[in-house]
Amino acid sequence: MESNPTIKTWTPVTAVLLLFIVTGSMAMLYRLVFGLGATTNLSDAYPWGFWLGLDVLGGVAMAAGGFIIACAVYLFNWKKYRPIVRPAILTAFLGYLMAVVAICLDIGHPFRIWHPMFMWQYHSVMWVVAMHVIFYTATLGLEFSPMLFERLGWEKARRAVGKVMVAAVIFGVMLSTLHQSSLGAVYLIAQSKMSPLWWDTKLPFQFLVSAVAMGLAMVSVETMLSRKFLHHKVDKEIFYGLARGTLIVLSFYLLLKLYQLFVVSGVGLAFNGSMQANMYLLEMLIGVIIPVALLAMKSIRRNTSWIFSINLLVISGVLLNRLNVGLFSMEEYFASHGLSYSPSWMEFLVSLGIISLGIFLYKMSAKHLPLFSH
Amino acid sequence: MPINRRDFLKFSAGAGLLAGAGVDSAVAATEKPPQLPKDAVGILYDATLCIGCMACMVNCKRTNAEPGGALYHREAEGQVPYEYPESGDAIYDAPLRLSGKTLCIIKAYRAEGDAVEPDAPHSSFIKQHCLHCIDPPCVSVCPVRALQKQSDTGIVTYNKHRCFGCRYCQVACPFGIPQFEWEKASPSIVKCQLCNHRLAQGKFSACCEFCPTGASIFGPVEELREEAKRRLALKPGDTYNYQVQHVDGRQRTEKVVSRYVDHIYGMDEAGGTQYLFLAGVEFNKLGFNPHISNEIYPRLTWSYISQVPALIGTLLVVGTVTRLVTQRIEKNKDANQKSTDEADAS
Repeated sequence: MESNPTIKTWTPVTAVLLLFIVTGSMAMLYRLVFGLGATTNLSDAYPWGFWLGLDVLGGVAMAAGGFIIACAVYLFNWKKYRPIVRPAILTAFLGYLMAVVAICLDIGHPFRIWHPMFMWQYHSVMWVVAMHVIFYTATLGLEFSPMLFERLGWEKARRAVGKVMVAAVIFGVMLSTLHQSSLGAVYLIAQSKMSPLWWDTKLPFQFLVSAVAMGLAMVSVETMLSRKFLHHKVDKEIFYGLARGTLIVLSFYLLLKLYQLFVVSGVGLAFNGSMQANMYLLEMLIGVIIPVALLAMKSIRRNTSWIFSINLLVISGVLLNRLNVGLFSMEEYFASHGLSYSPSWMEFLVSLGIISLGIFLYKMSAKHLPLFSH
Repeated sequence: MPINRRDFLKFSAGAGLLAGAGVDSAVAATEKPPQLPKDAVGILYDATLCIGCMACMVNCKRTNAEPGGALYHREAEGQVPYEYPESGDAIYDAPLRLSGKTLCIIKAYRAEGDAVEPDAPHSSFIKQHCLHCIDPPCVSVCPVRALQKQSDTGIVTYNKHRCFGCRYCQVACPFGIPQFEWEKASPSIVKCQLCNHRLAQGKFSACCEFCPTGASIFGPVEELREEAKRRLALKPGDTYNYQVQHVDGRQRTEKVVSRYVDHIYGMDEAGGTQYLFLAGVEFNKLGFNPHISNEIYPRLTWSYISQVPALIGTLLVVGTVTRLVTQRIEKNKDANQKSTDEADAS
């Protein structure tokens, strides 16, 4: 097959993306040479910061669309979503690759990234997470490979992958479900440092459910964008279906969070006017309450421009949740040690570079690979 | 086929939820409390005896900068990582907090304003370093086993050649002990290892060996616990022959007993630690995070991880069965057509 002629390689957007990729790469190089202290504002009180909160926790949650759509199409046999299964898998693959880049930069010794593979410690959620990242990124690579093989005309390889595709999807759904919840389980041990607004024994389950909501919103947004800018022809019914899915998952998530607030942490904690309380309310309002209220109305749920805006709310809300869990939930503990954290400009540059690389690779895949043919 | 497609989907979704909910319901009721290792050693710090001379701090730094010590770096052989005051002359070691260069620090508490109770002491010192938990969160979270608890002495040691710098130990430690060498391109975690290297030489922790007042004493944890209980039973104003350096009491010093807060910190906190504290001031005022409970923190994680193998199995089975059933439904629906082949699925 040929490259898609309707997608132009050189546009102002591409130029901006490349600029961010270049500046981000320079900051990454600086980090590799001079270390974390010279590059970031992290400290012993704030050992994990922006990269981990946004790029890793957020990026992985955004990639959840891949396993949900693959599950819907291959396991539930919902054929309606077949047109978006390839873009969703590609997004997940790129998302995980981006998270791997971010993890490599964030750990103190990037070149020892392989250590968990040989130095097992299954009592550590971090080890469990590392295994999930390795296996799931490989699985996503396999699920993605038919696009490459079709482009290269490697018919045999494509057929071979086709034979194991369903097995790969089942394996991927299992890994992804556990990976999303394991990321929440990472924080179980920090009970004494975290605000009960976020810390809960059900944190793993909450992470999973919110990742599903975000994954649905993300797939919807990305399909709308590629419909507009990359000429991907899709039926509007897909957006309506995704919006309905988001509504169902998000309502369930709202119930979980309300139960935690009223029964476990105590409702007063959310309204005491502290910074943590306000961050919690902001997260719940933009990410959960407003989207649920709007999506509950059928006229809105069947209007693509409304859906687009609501999706953006859901995505920002869940990203904010990850930043809250990773940073703001421990604010009180940190403040008692007289320390504060805000990301350095180089931390921003690196994150911007990583995200731009993801978007750029997506666009190039749309142009050069059979991403939208189904 | 009798199974209704919609109901089946409901069921499989429900099974998924059940599997997820099972994670939370795991209660570690059957697990025993963590056992003290057989030759567990530790430190008893009695704040009522501490005069804040900081001999422990400076000797900790000096002895740990020697080969085998927790502050030893081959590239900085022979150098002691003193931290001089930010302003003024570089004449004495004056760290403000634990850091990649400081394993042990003496901090001072002074009562202010309304907080002063008539009877309570107006000031106290407190010595911060690794508490060597009986079931240490840092060891449980380390994905590469760089942090390990020695099975005999119970000392929590660190191997910098394994560590890949994820800093989960810093997040997990409720006491905020592990520190990271942020300024280095090849960084390590730094924490007190109870002078493990000196133990091998027949010596013991420098902070105890060089403490002139007996505020820090070294010894087997069981004996330290007994001694701490004995001290809590003393009557303020009486005199007591306090041990110096080591709980074995080969050196002693007679002193008037001060009033103690009726609590041995480290007896039960975080499941128990090998570093125990006595003080005349409430421990919350001495910089301990008040949210630290007697919870054995690694069990919070284990209640999740122990479910993972079952979840893997459940999810694989649910996934496979879902696929088989939806395929069957598909076949029945288009009985005349040939079902779509797998190759198409890619």
